[in-house]
Amino acid sequence: MTGAGSEERLSPALRTEALEELLTERGLVDPDAVDRLITQYETNVGPLNGAKVVARAWTDPEYRRRLLDDGTAAIKELGFGGLQTECLVVVENTATTHNVVVCTLCSCYPWAVLGLPPSWYKDPAYRARMVREPRTVLAGMGLELADDVRITVRDSSSEVRWLVLPERPAGTEDMSEEQLVSLVTRDAMVGVAKVVAP
Amino acid sequence: MTAPLDIEGPAAPPRSNGELVFAEPWESRAFGMAVALHEAGAFAWPRFQAALIARIAAWQAAPADEPWDYYRQWLGALEDVLARGGAVLPGEVAERARALAGRPAGHDHPAGHGHDHPAGHDHAGGHDHPAGHGHGHPH
Repeated sequence: MTGAGSEERLSPALRTEALEELLTERGLVDPDAVDRLITQYETNVGPLNGAKVVARAWTDPEYRRRLLDDGTAAIKELGFGGLQTECLVVVENTATTHNVVVCTLCSCYPWAVLGLPPSWYKDPAYRARMVREPRTVLAGMGLELADDVRITVRDSSSEVRWLVLPERPAGTEDMSEEQLVSLVTRDAMVGVAKVVAP
Repeated sequence: MTAPLDIEGPAAPPRSNGELVFAEPWESRAFGMAVALHEAGAFAWPRFQAALIARIAAWQAAPADEPWDYYRQWLGALEDVLARGGAVLPGEVAERARALAGRPAGHDHPAGHGHDHPAGHDHAGGHDHPAGHGHGHPH
């Protein structure tokens, strides 16, 4: 990095403010549009969207088939899409196969269905270690998988964004789609947790 | 990353739809600017993504220089993309930031401390960022 000295002294808060002033003065950014985007991602776009997708797939076999076939098209049916989900691939976790998502190079993440990534997902240690030793990292996050469960690490670094369709837990056969939504967690849709019955 | 709020733990602020996504107000501005510029056609998203990957790789090559902070890399990537397109040059950002840092005492941030907003300052939405104005300083 060049000019590191000046970058060090100026806090990112000041640099951000300076950048926004310059962009606004030049007509490149509308602060109101930035406000709207922030509000959108702080309040409307989050893992609840993904939970609705999962619950639909659990209760509607035809939808599940379409979701696994073309994730982008299937989430669009529920009104979700946009930046970072142009090429969404959904992979299914079962009793014997487990998928977990990471982005080794940056922190790509399917915003439209999961919101913005949590801090641990962006952490360099998670990004590096999940690829090398997924079983150990998952255990460290509280998910102990039996030795005969095959783990596949899905790297979001290309254009593909991954969403995990978690295994529907036993004992939820009588639950409605709406009730199931509340069980599905963000962590399960990244593949670092399982969905548990209430 | 030293977030002022407990983002993951039991003390995390309640969110009906997930967790608090930004630890600091400037992070949300940096995020929102990048997406807004992309949506306005200023750059294709893969260009920003490539710049972000380069920034993160540079940090990983010399992590002792500064603590890990995802949105610092994000901001750096945004500056890189804008500099390459000639929209805003790095020297201009630094110059303006220095001018902002030299604001009269009590106006906002204490100058030159690399200081960020205190916890719970202005996350709750409905925040105050009029055009060409500062971030979350008291009115």
